[in-house]
Amino acid sequence: MAAANKKNPKLAVYKFSSCDGCQLSLLDLEDELLDLLGAVNISYFLEARRHVEPGPYDIGLVEGSISTQDEAERIVEVRRECRHLITIGACATSGGIQALKNWADVEQFKRTVYAHPEFIETLDTASPIAAHVLVDFELRGCPVNKYQIVEVLTALIVGRRPQIPTYSVCVECKRAGYVCVLVSGGLPCLGPVTQAGCGALCPAYGRGCYSCFGPCDSANPRALCGHFEQHGTRRGDLVRMLRSFNGYLEPFKQTGDEYESSLNTKQDLGVRD
Amino acid sequence: MRRDGMFAVAKDQLDPLICELAHDGYTVIGPTIRDGAITYDEITSAAMLPRGWTQETDGGHYRLKRRTDDACFGFVVGPHSLKRYLFPSRLKLFSVTRDGQGGFSPDVEPPPAPKYAFVGVRSCDLAAVAVQDMVFNSEMPDPYYRQVREQMFVVAVNCAEPGGTCFCSSMDTGPRCSAGYDLAITELSTSFAMEVGSERGQAMLERVRHEEADANARHLVDLMMSTAAKHNMGRSLDTADLPEILMSNLEHRQWDQAGNRCLACANCTLVCPTCFCNNIYDRTDLSGDHADRYRNWGSCFALEFTYHTGGYIRSSRRARYRQWLTHKLASWHGQFGTSGCVGCGRCITWCPVGIDITVEATAIADDVRESLKRHGSGTKTEEADV
Repeated sequence: MAAANKKNPKLAVYKFSSCDGCQLSLLDLEDELLDLLGAVNISYFLEARRHVEPGPYDIGLVEGSISTQDEAERIVEVRRECRHLITIGACATSGGIQALKNWADVEQFKRTVYAHPEFIETLDTASPIAAHVLVDFELRGCPVNKYQIVEVLTALIVGRRPQIPTYSVCVECKRAGYVCVLVSGGLPCLGPVTQAGCGALCPAYGRGCYSCFGPCDSANPRALCGHFEQHGTRRGDLVRMLRSFNGYLEPFKQTGDEYESSLNTKQDLGVRD
Repeated sequence: MRRDGMFAVAKDQLDPLICELAHDGYTVIGPTIRDGAITYDEITSAAMLPRGWTQETDGGHYRLKRRTDDACFGFVVGPHSLKRYLFPSRLKLFSVTRDGQGGFSPDVEPPPAPKYAFVGVRSCDLAAVAVQDMVFNSEMPDPYYRQVREQMFVVAVNCAEPGGTCFCSSMDTGPRCSAGYDLAITELSTSFAMEVGSERGQAMLERVRHEEADANARHLVDLMMSTAAKHNMGRSLDTADLPEILMSNLEHRQWDQAGNRCLACANCTLVCPTCFCNNIYDRTDLSGDHADRYRNWGSCFALEFTYHTGGYIRSSRRARYRQWLTHKLASWHGQFGTSGCVGCGRCITWCPVGIDITVEATAIADDVRESLKRHGSGTKTEEADV
């Protein structure tokens, strides 16, 4: 690690309920890591180094959702010790995949999964950081795009607005010249309702977008899902598509809930006899 | 000397033509099959053309189909247009670096403009280039655009079989190419009928085997073009009084319906060959010593695009759809003296949910024309703006 420069902002990286993939994206910045170390002091980043410098910190990056009482209390402390708090990834910005439990019976999950469910202390929901404390900026994605991390840190350091788009994945697809997998292949792609940032990674490989970046600005999942339904996608599958990564964010939540409440038959659910 | 008239060129002369263009230093761009569609890409031989292929298009629908013959150009426009070559989706405009003495040293050298030869360009796309010329190549020319534009070579193709979402005859931009090409091909069953549009085209024609076309071929081309224009368009749009009708019915209920279906995903604007909106943005490095300024494709459907000091001026999808359609079909006339729509049908085909500009505009126009007949007033303002 480079020697700490007192003038540089102090960076802290925190983990809550998550898979560590977003923190790894930061470590995966191989070409930029040395520049980054020259521009910030990494003061707290347990995934990268054991040494911890005491707070307060200038910039806090938070990975993960709040899914235990302990986390709900700890995030308040984290907010207090960071001047700027930036959440990174789907878990921190929407609750993530573990937010699927928000629609399920958590007690039943505990009994099914754990030999000793009495040792498990968990909240009924996994929720985004912004549901608990004020967040200054959110970076979406499962995982985040590492270049978006560099962009937001650079903007913060030089004092300008981060260039993080909120328009759809379709914009990235069209700029890159990819052929639309929805129109030419009939795939149920969530790109038109999903925020850009991944570089249209899945459509580049001929697959539909799974919306790991969550809803874009002005997203209209109701109209898109209505179109998929007309073309043979079952309602149960639409619910699952909307809930995969960011189902707890509006307007995905509302559309998913509407579809779920309209499920009547096994065919709707997508259950095979 | 440029020769008027029409020439018969054997189909096996297409490959030599492409080779001659490449020999002259052109990067040859032509239709080819990629990822389930006929797109523009670099081609090095006639074998890369989608010979024997066509497509089926409808609102939000595109599928490649086999033809029953082996026509070289038996298809219409795909998702790409010349726009991506003349007005690239991302272009570095300049960069600046700190000089260490409190100032900056700029690098404003524009990126080198490739020398393109476009093969298989349709008349709607040539009309679109003429429309974009008014934006990028008029009083304040864009240097990159101007250079690509000046050195490009165009082998156009007349559309004998318009597609399911085509309506160029309504917009008076096709199906026959009238200007903007060096050579124009009409594909007949066993040969090409070729017309010359420039001195450069003439010189290129001289380098492949050709002969004067006979009167039958000329007659056949005329007949094919008039049949295509009159009977084979998948869509149509009555443009009579359309700008006035649209601009005086900005609260028509059809806008609400379109706004409910619109995804604001921006696909229509990005596939449109005339849409020119762009974002200018700067990238700075972590040291703060170097900055690059870029221009990339923007869209009036992105919320950020509607940001003016103090807030977003078009926060609803309805407002953005209305802005786009009225600009394209109405206010473009006031701004540039022409329609912004060339009838290529891409916005219909590549809209994920198949919203159709001809259907939306016609729904409003028909309603207003009907109302005019009944009440003598063409303005409907009773619906409140939401």
